[in-house]
Amino acid sequence: MTLQGVTKRYGGVTALDNVDFACRLGSIHAVLGENGAGKSTLIKIMSGVVSPDEGIITLAGQQRIFQGPAQANAAGVVCIFQELSLIPDLSVADNICISNPPRRFGLIDKGEQIRRAEQLLARIHCEDVNPRSRVRDLPLSRRQMVEIAKALSRDPSVLILDEATSALTSADVDHVLSMLRKLRDEGIAILTISHRMHEIEAVADMCSVFRNGLHIETFAQGDRAARDIVQMMIGREISAHFPQKRTFTPGATALQVQNYHWENRLRDINLTVGKGEIVGLGGLDGQGQKELLLGLFGVLKKTRGTVRINGQAVRITSPQRAIRAGIDMALIPEDRKTEGLLLPMSISDNLALASLQNLSKGIFIDRQALSSAIEGGIARMQIKTGSIEDPVSTLSGGNQQKVVLAKWLMTDPKVVLLNDPTRGIDVGTKQEIYRLLRQLAEEDVSILIYSTDYEELIGCCDRVAVMYDGNIVRELQGEDITEHNIIASSLNIDEAVA
Amino acid sequence: MSGSSGQRRSLTNLAISLKQNAALITVIVVFLAFYVFYNLNHPRGFSTAVYIQNANEVFALAMVAMAQTIPVLMGGLDLSVGAIMTLVNCLASHLINGSPAQMALGILLCLLAGTACGFINGCVVVYGRIQPIIATLATGAIFMGLALFLRPSPGGDVDGDLSWVFTNDLYEVAATYGFAQSGEAAWFTPIAWIPVPLILLVLAAVIVWMPFARSITGRTVYAIGSAEGAAYMSGLGIDRAKIAAFTLGGFFAGMGGLYLTLQTSSGNADIPQAGAYTLNSIAAVVIGGTSLLGGVGSAIGSIFGALVLRTISFNFRIFEIDPLLQPLFEGVVLLAAVSLGALAVVRVKNTLELFR
Amino acid sequence: MSDQKTLWNRLSAEDRPILFAALFVVLILAIGTAYTLTTQGTATLLSPTYLLQQLQVGAFLGLVAAGMMLVILLGHIDLSVPWTVAASAMMATTVGGPAAIPVGLSVGLLVGLINGFGVAYLRIPSMIFTLGVNAVVRGLMVAHTGGFAPQTAATPLMQYLAVGKIGGVPVALIVWAVVSVCIVLLLNRTSIGRYLFAIGNKEAAAFLAGVPTRRIIILAFCLCGMLSGLAGTLLAGYSTKAYQGMGDAYLLPAIAAVVIGGTHILGGRGRYLGTLLGVILIVLLNSVLSIMQMPEAGRQVIYGSVIIVMLLVYGRTEKVTQ
Repeated sequence: MTLQGVTKRYGGVTALDNVDFACRLGSIHAVLGENGAGKSTLIKIMSGVVSPDEGIITLAGQQRIFQGPAQANAAGVVCIFQELSLIPDLSVADNICISNPPRRFGLIDKGEQIRRAEQLLARIHCEDVNPRSRVRDLPLSRRQMVEIAKALSRDPSVLILDEATSALTSADVDHVLSMLRKLRDEGIAILTISHRMHEIEAVADMCSVFRNGLHIETFAQGDRAARDIVQMMIGREISAHFPQKRTFTPGATALQVQNYHWENRLRDINLTVGKGEIVGLGGLDGQGQKELLLGLFGVLKKTRGTVRINGQAVRITSPQRAIRAGIDMALIPEDRKTEGLLLPMSISDNLALASLQNLSKGIFIDRQALSSAIEGGIARMQIKTGSIEDPVSTLSGGNQQKVVLAKWLMTDPKVVLLNDPTRGIDVGTKQEIYRLLRQLAEEDVSILIYSTDYEELIGCCDRVAVMYDGNIVRELQGEDITEHNIIASSLNIDEAVA
Repeated sequence: MSGSSGQRRSLTNLAISLKQNAALITVIVVFLAFYVFYNLNHPRGFSTAVYIQNANEVFALAMVAMAQTIPVLMGGLDLSVGAIMTLVNCLASHLINGSPAQMALGILLCLLAGTACGFINGCVVVYGRIQPIIATLATGAIFMGLALFLRPSPGGDVDGDLSWVFTNDLYEVAATYGFAQSGEAAWFTPIAWIPVPLILLVLAAVIVWMPFARSITGRTVYAIGSAEGAAYMSGLGIDRAKIAAFTLGGFFAGMGGLYLTLQTSSGNADIPQAGAYTLNSIAAVVIGGTSLLGGVGSAIGSIFGALVLRTISFNFRIFEIDPLLQPLFEGVVLLAAVSLGALAVVRVKNTLELFR
Repeated sequence: MSDQKTLWNRLSAEDRPILFAALFVVLILAIGTAYTLTTQGTATLLSPTYLLQQLQVGAFLGLVAAGMMLVILLGHIDLSVPWTVAASAMMATTVGGPAAIPVGLSVGLLVGLINGFGVAYLRIPSMIFTLGVNAVVRGLMVAHTGGFAPQTAATPLMQYLAVGKIGGVPVALIVWAVVSVCIVLLLNRTSIGRYLFAIGNKEAAAFLAGVPTRRIIILAFCLCGMLSGLAGTLLAGYSTKAYQGMGDAYLLPAIAAVVIGGTHILGGRGRYLGTLLGVILIVLLNSVLSIMQMPEAGRQVIYGSVIIVMLLVYGRTEKVTQ
């Protein structure tokens, strides 16, 4: 499968820029790059989820344009996405055979279906999954294996894995990797995206590095040392300007987290955030950063460990408590559209939601206080609106995010938690958000921010805690906050190697 | 060695299927317990006469419960099942008479009418893009109006023989139509006691429901109820499955209406009765282990749910317990059944997951 | 841009149903008046006495619909209305004396509390939980009354509230108006009102904004129960006694009134004025059809068609695209 001159733009952002790329049958090809380098867009184009703006895709010598994943599947291009596409209430066998179940007299042949599922599961050494079990009852790592078996059932000639091993146990990873080798030997082209360097070293034949939508280099695995690869992933110009960092004198600790655990997703977290300090959470996606923020805000149940605000141990069991006076937290959630905003409701309703308690006199809302608070919020964030009574869904993404921020600023928070606040937002708004964060820090607000954008962590944060597999593996401060260090710790590569 | 591992395998398979069918098994056990208890205390317990009477009383509700199951599996709800049943009931009270050919045609037309009503529901939901609950509330009123139009006051002219045959045991069928030596044949005796409605119920489950559940459309209905997004990503035909689900629901409701006609020998456009059937069908579906959120359950469970509901009233009758306590008891059973499902809430560790 | 084209567009999604419902009310009045003019030569429908009388009858439905709207705004539904109405009426007449009305309201409050608990804490779908509660309340009432219409009578105060008049205006109508004003204030001027909309839109987002979601859900069910209780108490006063199944005729029309008035059945959107118009629309539709001596069959068909047509005009869900 080859791509020639493929370009894809989202709005003003060029996600892939004139990319030539080829993967051959009978080889395992690893794609490397940091978050936002264009890897996901690449596989989305290859698997027919999105179509390219320019360029030619050829499969086995024929030029192809896929209209949707179903067509790509039919042509033998099968992708295993990060988000599971399994149906939880159906059995494993049902799911594996969902797109083309074996039939007898027009009805689904359950016996044959189970035999087929058993065969496929055996191929990936996943015999412990019973094809009769419901997917809902399986742990996440088993589900991921079922997802792989489902992909195999479609007889792929090109198999694409998007971080397919991230949820697996190491024994499973070994099985999957040996299966990949077997498939390669059977002549299938395999494209894998993984952040785990040792896996890539173990199986890949070829590696390609992407950066900023550009295809940087393709080389045979082993030709380059790990440090060179990291260098290749970084080397780009700083495209955003960050406000001057405060020459930071560690003040009193505002937020202190000790021995914090949740399920097996957060393990023994210890972290402090001082007054007026901006602390970043780094690392690859899905290493527990989101869970940490949600846990602190009282969304997760049965967390263990101690949380102190200004030295006082607090138990935050719900967002209602988190916003109470004395704790004064705010959380800018991950998904603006489903967790941050009420899209059909008006801008003013959205802005007021978190601070209605403070704006009420008795049971009635103090309309005057409300409208001046809303005006204040809009002015502070410079939200561009026609009318504040318009639904918030009419705003651009950047302005929507400003509404979320303004909503929380109106509550006068002392600790602000942000979960990837600049994702999918234009450069201009990003700059405004950076300025705002710095300004808040000047006002002695403590900020804990998770970002998938390393540049942002480097430009904004006084300190960066890098997470890996539910742990904080490294804390970087001052001059040590470099892209190199963040990426190296994210991949959990030994400092010596890096 | 391989024998013992094979044995272990089949044991785990058994364990899995027990776990997945726990709700179904529970409702069957509850039904059997109630029903055996009832018969033990009935002066003529375990007799053909009792079976026939009970089967007659349960059939229409069982059908309406099956009709309700399919939209519920899809995560919707059909508030018109009682109305469809009533409409077919009124239609049948005009059509089920005359020559055998005329009657056969009448039965066919009645079933077609029920199916058509279901199809209309499906189209309003899919193409009108109106929420199922409110769409069927409205179509239900229309169907009810048509029923009233057909039968402004209760009455009807239903073939006596047919009615007699369908509400009795196989012996009477043979006796009425004079086969198997009018039911006296030796080979016929072991099955002569079986009530006809029971046979119909089994047939509906085996030749309509089971094939549907194993068809691709049926699979899609489950998939939609479980995760509509994933179903779409897997390339399943969602609109078609939705329409099919409502259509089949209409068919089952029509069966219920047809039987009601034979049972009562009349048509009756009784609005409170239709409403009661609709509400009881939801109760039967839930007691039968189908999740109101969709994706889990089966129409077989709903049949037993209906059986449980009816058996409760049989027991009230036999014990001459104040029949006044019966509604209370039914309500408590329903609340207890749904509250069991709430135990899962305790296990959720991420509060955000409760909102999905 | 011509003004004509933008008129419809300028109306917000919430105004359209209200305008449409209002037009429909006018249409019903016009058809009814045309009918009476041709058959009787009088415009009965337009006489204030007649309209007030219709509104008095509509007050009971209006109270139930007001409560139902609060619950529907949350994205839930209360199917226990029929027997909440009946139970309140029965308990109020049983207790009698000055305590009758407080008892009637308390019964509604209690039912609402149970509903709210099941929905908010046990997270059982409201559809099925309230259905179960309805059956239990019905059972309790049947056991209490012996299955017959209770012999006890409504207190004079209940009767006064239901059929009395102050300066020609029915008291029931005044009660309805007072409740309506309270609901409008609740929805538009209090944080509780904002929270109701927020939860109905996206419970997760409301929760993350620190909204006490569970308490608000319980509160909405309690108010719905209390308003049903009030309607039941007044209804008993209207017919001077309580009787079996007296609430049955109020459930579906109440839901229909709320939905016709533009409140989204899945919650989060709607205005009380719409519900008010929805109630008036249904009441007038019923009365015009009875003037025209429309048989029940035709009424049902018209009733269902009106709901579908109005929803096709403005109630369609967004097409699923992915």
